[in-house]
Amino acid sequence: MQVSDTAPVASAGVALGEPGGNLMVAITATLKRDLTLMLRRRGEMLNPLVFFALVITLFPIGISPDPELLALIAPGLLWVAALLAALLSLDSLFRSDYDDGSLEQLMLAPQPLAALSLAKVAVHWLLTGLPLALMAPVLGIMLALPAGSYLILALSLALGTASLSLIGAIGAALTVGLAKGGVLLSLLVLPLYIPVLIFGTGAVQAAVFGDGVTAHLAILGALLAGALIFAPWAIAASLRISING
Amino acid sequence: MMAFDSFADFLAMGGHAPYVWSSWGITFLLLIVAVLHARFERRQLLTTLRRRVRREQARHQPVASQAPLNTAQGGGNHDPQA
Amino acid sequence: MWAFIHKLGSPKWFYRISAKLQPWFWVAAAGLIVTGSLWGLAFAPADYQQGNSFRILYVHVPAAFLAQSIFVSMAIAGLVYMVWKIKVADMAAAVMAPLGAAMTFISLFSGAVWGVPTWGTWWMWDARLTSMLILLFLYLGVIALRGAFTSRDSASRAASVLAMVGVINIPIIKYSVDWWYTLHQPATFTITSRPAMPTEMWLPLLLMVLGFYSFFIALTLMRTRSEILRRESNKRWVRELVEEGQ
Repeated sequence: MQVSDTAPVASAGVALGEPGGNLMVAITATLKRDLTLMLRRRGEMLNPLVFFALVITLFPIGISPDPELLALIAPGLLWVAALLAALLSLDSLFRSDYDDGSLEQLMLAPQPLAALSLAKVAVHWLLTGLPLALMAPVLGIMLALPAGSYLILALSLALGTASLSLIGAIGAALTVGLAKGGVLLSLLVLPLYIPVLIFGTGAVQAAVFGDGVTAHLAILGALLAGALIFAPWAIAASLRISING
Repeated sequence: MMAFDSFADFLAMGGHAPYVWSSWGITFLLLIVAVLHARFERRQLLTTLRRRVRREQARHQPVASQAPLNTAQGGGNHDPQA
Repeated sequence: MWAFIHKLGSPKWFYRISAKLQPWFWVAAAGLIVTGSLWGLAFAPADYQQGNSFRILYVHVPAAFLAQSIFVSMAIAGLVYMVWKIKVADMAAAVMAPLGAAMTFISLFSGAVWGVPTWGTWWMWDARLTSMLILLFLYLGVIALRGAFTSRDSASRAASVLAMVGVINIPIIKYSVDWWYTLHQPATFTITSRPAMPTEMWLPLLLMVLGFYSFFIALTLMRTRSEILRRESNKRWVRELVEEGQ
């Protein structure tokens, strides 16, 4: 199925006769294919969300059910738990494509690998980062997060997890060829997540205290823009290393 | 001009002796360990290489059939006959 | 320029030239560090606020400088290796990483110990200490990634990519941690940034910093030479060298 996906892509591009169209067609094809494959494995898709909810459940039990205390630490807890949930799903980002050889097909495609891997990361964010962001307000209620900060929580998570997916994909691409890449992946990726965590929690805390949140969101957006520019090249280079090595 | 009146004063560091001396101690310990490790690594490597050259000379084998060393200590992949 | 780069890239040439350079850097390192230590420990005046505990500065600051410089050097070496396929650059990057991690550890340890007389606690989430801790994790990641590959070529390229990604992120991490710290801990007393240090205080510091850098260069040259012998052990010139040495 994966092989047959790339063939019509190439011919469609030739038929259109313009290289730009060729690339767009290839990206759309990759997007569609990845979405289809991910939606077929709904259980795997739900795992990060269940993990997120479970970790959030552990904190009141481990710390205290006192709403005032929980409200104080809720922004940080929600962000850290969402970050770990996003991390958990990273290992499978390239794993199955690596195992069945379709990653090699992607590399052989005439289109730049950076653009195609960006499409793959976009699907990953759409199916993990975005659901996590949408689910966070519900868990915020459970942690007694003050009203009025829910929208900012979801927004900061949606922006932040996109950066997390991009940065994490570099680590996932570097470790996909390794048998025991899982723990190594967290060691590589978590230090790079820290700026996103700082500004993500900062945004929610600012919303709780009623301060301006635009600065935080703007910085999250800047981080995302930077990641969008640099990460695809690093992901492509890392995939080449993992496959040729 | 010395900042201390006596050697005992110098050692006491105005009551901050444990902090000052433990920081300086761990720093110099690590620097010395780094140098010793580099020397040990070099000697070990030269011994292994020498042994290999001698072994090959004794056997009159062509050079090209040798694989490069690939372990950190260089000692792990000896020929069993050596 | 190109001829020079390619010459430098030849392991044989590098082995010869580094043999000549190495002793100078060892002498400089030993001289500077011994002078700087004696000066800093015994002759520099005590700080009017912190007393003699400020003498930790003379190992904390050089180690912190070097820890950051080594990561940048490692990333540059990685870039050189990726772009020009110069193997010596990767060998240097490989031997730099453990020293960089050791320097990061020294600056963390001395910072924590310094915290006891200054803040009254072993650990404080001070912006500098936090950045250093993250830098330590970045070093450990690069070392672990290099060790995880069985193919040396893949290991080298993966470590190069990670070092480059890390070096792009270091300023972002540093900036965001600084911002985070000022938000949560309105500027109290930072241990290293002080207004106008008198000359008798910063001269020994300068000597120590230069000494640490010389030490880094000397040790890197020495270990890169060993690494060249290890990786090129089947080359004719290495065999001849070993035979001559006997």
